[in-house]
Amino acid sequence: MEPYTNKGKSIIDLYILTALCLLIFGLLWGITGSLQYIFPGLMRDRFSFQKVRPLHVSSVVFWIILAGLGSMLTYLQQHTKRVIYSYRLLLLQYCIFLLTVVSIIISYFLGRFGGREYWEHPPYLALPIFFGWIFLLFNFVKSFGGFKNQPVYVWMWLTGIVFFLFTYLESYLWLLPYFRNNIINDMTVQWKSYGSMVGSWNMLIYGSSIFLMDKITNNKDISYSKIAFVLYFTGLFNLMFNWGHHIYTLPTAPYIKHISYTVSMTELFLIGRIIFNWRNTVSTAKRNFNILSFRFLAAADFWVFLTLLLAVLMSIPGINLYTHGTHITVAHTMGATIGINTFLLLAIVIDVFNDSCIRVEKYKAIIIRGYWIVNISLLVFWLSLIGAGLEKSMWQMSKLQISYSIMMQNLSPYFIAFFISGFFLAIGLFMVVYPLIRIKFVCKLKQTKSSYYVFQSN
Amino acid sequence: MFSDRNKYVLAMFLVGGFIIYTFQLYNSLPVKQIAVSQAADDGKILWQKKNCISCHQIYGLGGYLGPDLTNVYSKKGAVYISAILRGGTNIMPNMDLTDSEIEELLAYLKDVDQSGKADPRTFTINTNGTIHQ
Ligand code: HEC
Ligand code: HEM
Repeated sequence: MEPYTNKGKSIIDLYILTALCLLIFGLLWGITGSLQYIFPGLMRDRFSFQKVRPLHVSSVVFWIILAGLGSMLTYLQQHTKRVIYSYRLLLLQYCIFLLTVVSIIISYFLGRFGGREYWEHPPYLALPIFFGWIFLLFNFVKSFGGFKNQPVYVWMWLTGIVFFLFTYLESYLWLLPYFRNNIINDMTVQWKSYGSMVGSWNMLIYGSSIFLMDKITNNKDISYSKIAFVLYFTGLFNLMFNWGHHIYTLPTAPYIKHISYTVSMTELFLIGRIIFNWRNTVSTAKRNFNILSFRFLAAADFWVFLTLLLAVLMSIPGINLYTHGTHITVAHTMGATIGINTFLLLAIVIDVFNDSCIRVEKYKAIIIRGYWIVNISLLVFWLSLIGAGLEKSMWQMSKLQISYSIMMQNLSPYFIAFFISGFFLAIGLFMVVYPLIRIKFVCKLKQTKSSYYVFQSN
Repeated sequence: MFSDRNKYVLAMFLVGGFIIYTFQLYNSLPVKQIAVSQAADDGKILWQKKNCISCHQIYGLGGYLGPDLTNVYSKKGAVYISAILRGGTNIMPNMDLTDSEIEELLAYLKDVDQSGKADPRTFTINTNGTIHQ
């Protein structure tokens, strides 16, 4: 393999750039969706929630996946100090993903659905993603240099790639009548796959953030340490076995629920560790807070804590009975995908883009303003969803049979708070993301121009 | 310390457990195969093609703009459901469904209804935190 140079980095940057654009695109649909909560029937015939929700969810899921891949690939090269095995394959994979994502978006616009949660597109569009992912696995295996004495993040990256592939395939088992014919069986397998799939992209992203943490603190001991591996194996254990908490109220086999309940409780160990390390975390945060990337890592730390707390509570079946089927689930999902995944990815992207022709620091003022807007509004956003969820939960449990639409009307104060905070959340994210997109575009333009001049003077 | 060897062993142990768990689940699915009618299966595919799950939930899972439909069939009946499907509501678009499509969706919703009860009020909480119906 060739030693690492900047060669081919622009292909990897394309993954990240596309991801950033998808984030902005997805936010617009998120805001539209929240407006439909306040104005029932808004755009019912042209852009009903049926289209808006998948446009939002798929765009942001692809933001997470593509940015996760871009960061992992960048850091893999920095770690091995070698270039990726095949850039051509990487480019091919990018083209496949881009074409597929565009086709998925078009299919939503046209109202063609496959109607499974999160992947609401017609099933044949999963095929190119699957093959693209095989290319990725091949490239990774050829590039990572074996298991010998590897830090924890390499283990996490490989775990993420392999498990995504498996769970993605598993999520299409419903195409076979054997799995589809009974709703209980179908939903059991569906949520088995989704539960682990989320865990697998978390592995990719957490791996890269540990790499970044090492880089910032200039200390590699942590990622080789025993505790890092204990945490990794706890995470892996949960990825594999805790998915049952999605389906506690489904009349499926009881052993699935018992295993999940028990396994989920090992996450208490993760919470305990965060509390135990609190002072240490805060003092590291104080020391490094002037580093832009680090701020996002620190915010993610805070959200890991809140999310884990909520997750562990929701993993107790008796509590889940109340939260299930309400916006508390949405609070949990968006809290995690924004507060943890998006914040970590932004920390990484800021670091990755810092070696562009314009340094990210140039936009520090606006990014920091955006950062605070995002954090404050996310808290309100999260609380308003939890508030709406608690009210709905009381409705679900009450003996009075108030009609659904009256109950939804009663929730409108929460939905208004949800919309307003969501709007500011999107503005804040835009203030962070826009400079990043701009930097890459300007640098690309400069690069193209200068190669044009070189070409002319030759 | 974790030696490389210990890491492999632990990883293989977990992966092995995962594979066994997975295939044992596939092999003996929670509900033994019940033959499903063609209409209900068509209804399920149609349910997915129309993306009803983006607004509705089955067993509490789905989008949250509209109500859970797991037991709507036994609670509200076929006549009411077909009326809603035919006309849409304030929020739910009219999807121009044909009579046979409505029949298929009804067969699907009936099938779902018979699979169990999703209403949280039908559960009791045990002292160890688990629940039963
Ligand atoms: C854009 C969102 C949306 C989509 C898509 C949608 N619905 Fe609805 N549906 C609703 C809402 C909201 C209600 C509650 C009535 C109201 O407030 O308008 C409802 C009510 C219903 C009801 C009556 C429930 C009750 O308890 O009274 C049934 C049955 C139903 N929908 C079936 C379907 C089916 C089948 C599909 C797919 C073909 C579908 N819906 C697609 C939003 C939607
Ligand atoms: C980075 C930013 C965001 C991410 C990663 C994100 C992610 C998600 C995810 C994964 C879901 C599915 C939730 C579930 O099934 O439980 C969801 C739903 C939703 N999001 Fe977001 N979201 C983001 C920002 C926003 C914003 C700014 C808004 C607007 C105010 C918004 C509005 C919504 C709405 C209305 C839903 C549908 C809830 C329902 O099912 O009824 N999101 N989002």
